[in-house]
Amino acid sequence: MNIHEYQAKEILSNFDIPVPRGRVALTADQVERAAKMMGGTCVVKAQIYAGGRGKAGGVQLVHHPEQAHELAKELFGKRLVTPQTGPEGLKVRRILVEEAVGIAREFYLSITLDRSTSRYCLIASAEGGVDIEETATKSPEKIYKLTIDPYTGLRPYQARKISLALGLNGSLSEDCVNLILNLYRCVLEKDCSLVEINPLVVTRAGWLLAMDAKINFDDNAIFRHWEYHDMMDYSQLDPLEISAGKFDLAYIKLTGNIGCMVNGAGLAMATLDVLKENGGEPANFLDVGGGATREKVAEAFKIILQDKDVKGVFVNIFGGIMRCDVIAQGIIEAASEVQCTLPIVVRMDGSQVEEGKKLLLDSGLNVKCVDFLGAGAETIVQMLAEAKA
Amino acid sequence: MSILINKESKIVVQGITGKAGLFHTKQCRDYGARIVAGVTPGKGGIHVEGIPVFDTMEEAVRITGANVSMIFVPPPGAADAILEACASGIELAICITEGVPIKDMVMAKRVVDDSKTLLVGPNCPGVITPGECKVGIMPGYIHKPGKIGVVSRSGTLTYEAVKQLSDAGLGQSTCVGIGGDPIIGMKFIDVLKRFNDDPDTDGVFMIGEIGGGAEEDAAEWIKKNMKKPVAAFIAGVTAPPGKRMGHAGAIITGGKGKAVDKIEALKNAGVLVAQSPTKMGEAMMAAMKAKKKK
Repeated sequence: MNIHEYQAKEILSNFDIPVPRGRVALTADQVERAAKMMGGTCVVKAQIYAGGRGKAGGVQLVHHPEQAHELAKELFGKRLVTPQTGPEGLKVRRILVEEAVGIAREFYLSITLDRSTSRYCLIASAEGGVDIEETATKSPEKIYKLTIDPYTGLRPYQARKISLALGLNGSLSEDCVNLILNLYRCVLEKDCSLVEINPLVVTRAGWLLAMDAKINFDDNAIFRHWEYHDMMDYSQLDPLEISAGKFDLAYIKLTGNIGCMVNGAGLAMATLDVLKENGGEPANFLDVGGGATREKVAEAFKIILQDKDVKGVFVNIFGGIMRCDVIAQGIIEAASEVQCTLPIVVRMDGSQVEEGKKLLLDSGLNVKCVDFLGAGAETIVQMLAEAKA
Repeated sequence: MSILINKESKIVVQGITGKAGLFHTKQCRDYGARIVAGVTPGKGGIHVEGIPVFDTMEEAVRITGANVSMIFVPPPGAADAILEACASGIELAICITEGVPIKDMVMAKRVVDDSKTLLVGPNCPGVITPGECKVGIMPGYIHKPGKIGVVSRSGTLTYEAVKQLSDAGLGQSTCVGIGGDPIIGMKFIDVLKRFNDDPDTDGVFMIGEIGGGAEEDAAEWIKKNMKKPVAAFIAGVTAPPGKRMGHAGAIITGGKGKAVDKIEALKNAGVLVAQSPTKMGEAMMAAMKAKKKK
């Protein structure tokens, strides 16, 4: 789960990590007032669930409250397109106004899960800022990595090694040690899958400050953090993805016209691969879960059909121990409820396959049943071509 | 022979009294698995479906001699169930539970690696030795006894692969679903090693997907060590770049994770990679034929 920069900074601040003075605003007037409080000169930062905002004009230094007002008017409601948002961009609804800070040095610092070691890993670099990924590929020797043993946790001497490697010394190095230890404490207490400070700066006045911050929560740990729910900004998500989430369905909108419903992520990806191979363009990725139920199937079907680009639906359910007649009922229920006349191809495997097929074929829907994955993809592509002709 | 489980395996089900736990316990027993015990804290002393239930794993293992555990405990207690399985000294724990928090798994994995217990999963379909024993949620009927080992990160895509293998007349020695989570017990290599050493496995089918670097690691190992033919499929060739997790994700894998890279690495290791998910059975068939000619 994603949260905004200002929320991430609030959390870091609660873990005694210094962040710039700032205020979050919902209107241009609020932005202007916040700018006045900062003394006129301040940084205006659009809050969206993606990075790369600076280059897209979403982060700007202004010198007067009126200038802040003008910029805010322009930013609010605008769809900011960055390399991380996709071509449609993300709408700006919240703006963070922060004090402008004189920067002496910039670092990169993060803790995330390293799948290869199954442990949390601290990553740091003296070459912080926007081009950290380039540094990682071009000069990996400038990236310091530290694997954290869960038995001992992150120890001060290890954090010190990092802060010295970053070129910090004296009391500033010890400040950095504390900051790193606090960052690890935050990862554990808040169940973060990623905490990233980029850049971590040394100000001209000689203090450490987290200038930008990103936090991802572990979706699997949401059940023990009631506070996460209130932090969610639904305006940053696709409305269909939101309704899918309510029913525990994994849905990602794509650009094609064939709606897909599959159980299991791997099989869902493979189904998209087969569709493309047959010249079809999937409209979405949708995983109803390994053991799909009748209710889930029905909800999934309705969500797929809400996408106006969808001209046909391909259902691929390898139920195994699940009963196909129950799945068929779910499809029929949803399709009749929304009066769907689009071509549907269903490939099911599991128990009671024949009963399931019969239900579908007798339902009056524009449906064909197939036995194999390849045949299913071919058939739906063909049906769409015929419908067009 | 087979790997990990066979008809002698004595199975204890952790979380046996839950809805999913009980349903799949029955399914596994119907398939032929010897379910000797169940564990649900607070329910020790009762019987479900004629199976004795214990409060603790220690008790269940001591009294029934169970050597394999199947875990259905819901996410909040799943990691604890894994730790309890380890502490009981059981040989193999198979965790089906989906949605175990990362933090819990970091610690559980550390403990598992230090113990003599092998862990499969979490978030996996389980393990099956066709015709002998099923410990998991996979549909038994698609499997046929035979000589192909199957190892997979996916759930239902594995069923698709197994069905194609069975339809092509290629039965399976053992099928292992290692799970799709970022932190799992046995990885591809751990399973491949066992298939390599198993006299009754003649070839291996491997199913991977985008993300992480596990397939690349497996490819490297296969190149150096594998004596048997391997065919594979990688799902997600056409998947658009997923929602990225800041910069750290990209840095940590050093650009690994894309399907094309995985396919390239596997081909370099001599693995026959199926071009389409409809041709998984064919690919395995071709790999076995190529081996015979040599």
